[in-house]
Amino acid sequence: MWMSELPPFVPFFIAALLVLFTRGLVRNAILLLTPVLGGLHLWMNVPEGTLMSVSLLDYELILMRTDRLSLLFGYLFHIAAFIASVFALHVRDNMQNVSGLVYAGSALGAVFAGDLITLFIFWELLAISSVFLIWASRTNRAIHAGIRYLLFQVASGVLLLAGALVHYYQTGSLAFDFIGLEGIAGWLIFIAFGIKCAFPFLHNWLTDAYPEATPTGAVFLSAFTTKVAIYALARGFPGTELLVYIGAVMTCFPIFYAVIENDLRRVLAYSMINQVGFMVCGVGIGTALAMNGAVAHAFNDVIFKGLLFMTMGAVLYRTGKINGSDLGGLYKSMPKTAMLCIVGASSISAFPLFSGFVSKSMVMTAMIEEGYDYLWLMLLFASAGVFHHAGIKIPYFAFFAHDSGIRTQEAPRNMLIAMSIAAILCIFIGSQPQYLYSLLPWEVDYWPYDTTHVLAQLQLLFFSALAFVWLNKQGLYPPELHSINIDVEWLYRKLLPAIGRYAYRSASQLRDSLSGAIRITLQGTQGVFQRSQLPEHYLGGSWPTGYMVMWTAVILGGYLLLDYIL
Amino acid sequence: MQDPEEKQYLFDKPENVSRLLRGFYLICGILFLLDFVLHRHISIIWEKIPGFYALFGFVACVILVLVAKEMRKFLMRKEDYYDVDE
Repeated sequence: MWMSELPPFVPFFIAALLVLFTRGLVRNAILLLTPVLGGLHLWMNVPEGTLMSVSLLDYELILMRTDRLSLLFGYLFHIAAFIASVFALHVRDNMQNVSGLVYAGSALGAVFAGDLITLFIFWELLAISSVFLIWASRTNRAIHAGIRYLLFQVASGVLLLAGALVHYYQTGSLAFDFIGLEGIAGWLIFIAFGIKCAFPFLHNWLTDAYPEATPTGAVFLSAFTTKVAIYALARGFPGTELLVYIGAVMTCFPIFYAVIENDLRRVLAYSMINQVGFMVCGVGIGTALAMNGAVAHAFNDVIFKGLLFMTMGAVLYRTGKINGSDLGGLYKSMPKTAMLCIVGASSISAFPLFSGFVSKSMVMTAMIEEGYDYLWLMLLFASAGVFHHAGIKIPYFAFFAHDSGIRTQEAPRNMLIAMSIAAILCIFIGSQPQYLYSLLPWEVDYWPYDTTHVLAQLQLLFFSALAFVWLNKQGLYPPELHSINIDVEWLYRKLLPAIGRYAYRSASQLRDSLSGAIRITLQGTQGVFQRSQLPEHYLGGSWPTGYMVMWTAVILGGYLLLDYIL
Repeated sequence: MQDPEEKQYLFDKPENVSRLLRGFYLICGILFLLDFVLHRHISIIWEKIPGFYALFGFVACVILVLVAKEMRKFLMRKEDYYDVDE
């Protein structure tokens, strides 16, 4: 095919250009073949240790650096791009097709970047290309959410660039390897990664924007941005203890929101933060087992979260509705989608034989091994909670629950194929984890299937489900309501504008009262002057300003003349 | 919208739902009892509590839901909350 040094993003960018000028079958072929050929090429022809760089001015951009870590994410992103392309094959809107390809290509560019400047370039391209998948909804809400999304992403890029420059100043190197939290550069880059990773308080762009994307756009979005961030953390900050605590918080707080959220795609967005939390914990622990667990979980999450976003995308596509309060009983008209959704739900809940189980258990085991007992309890709580809000709530409120009366068609064939591929992968990885394990970057001897693990996990999940049944029967379960819940975004969507309006109002009031005071003073002075005898005299009359200008000019001219003569 | 002539679906019959639930309760019971039969490898102190995972799963989810429900009282707003300026 092509040479092994060809950076994997190149075919995607070329394909994006071609898609602009093609339509119909040719366009579909380009959309499908790009990830397939690119992925096969990466799998068969590109060995570890490949290095490719180009010179730009005096600077060497390392466009491709392969090792087991970057290759694993490379394979993953090709699979994700392929599944998402199949799912979006019916889309005629070229804005989405092009931005999907550029977005997937940028993600590949970022994971193969060997230096911080190249990383920065693709970091920003990720932001710019993906925002069109949100704007493609073409609603007012989506446009505003997209702008907020872009602000966060660009801020992350600016921090990354600033961090990279300080890092260069301090160390003389721009290589993208271990960075660590030493000094200001480390912190700047850490926060840059943290924004894309949806750290607590920096997470709201995700739950704000992803649910506003198009049904197919959300599938692309769920695959790349946060996983690139996990990759970046795994390379730059492995073993940074702070990450364990951040990750633990990330696993726990979103599940409360997910329980009371009505928009089912927003529920998935919250549960995405929760899953990313497990990965962040793994990177923070930093042992070989934990790191393997983190990247394996990223791998699985792309597929099962993609699957869940696809099923909800299919529901939105067919019914035009996505709120739990409007849906229900859809298993009658979309039985295949319902089954596929249950597979995705079982995988995210980490049921034995499904993919989440084989990767999440690695992080949990590593946590015990390193003595984080209480944080382990938090993660266990989050594991039970995932099942509750993603595993049960998503399929239950969309496809079962009370019958909403909606009768529609099964999802289109291309969507069903895409969802089936993802579902098969979920079950295959879950039941045959050795193939995924053999690709993991670090050497570890680990096997998830023993009596202890399986029994413990089954008990945890079944009794979580029992709690759901019991709460429902008791009428204690919070009903799905037409509502939104305020989150950190309240600070910049309500408080900040309110402060701005208040400041503006106060300033204009101040201006009005000041100018009033000045006017009154002037009028008063004028009155006093008018009442006196002064205006009757020649010099006291009101002279046009022009006179003064003229006389000033005459005086200055006189000076000049005198200066010249004397 | 619902057509009275429409075919009966799986969960339209209440007895199917209760059949499903009975099976589910049975599995829960078996899983709980298995804890006392199978030897579990203990790696953390809490695991010594009999039925730890089952109890934890149940209690955790009840707490999760009840707390989330309380959170609604101060977090929940109308859907157009951000669209209107006061």
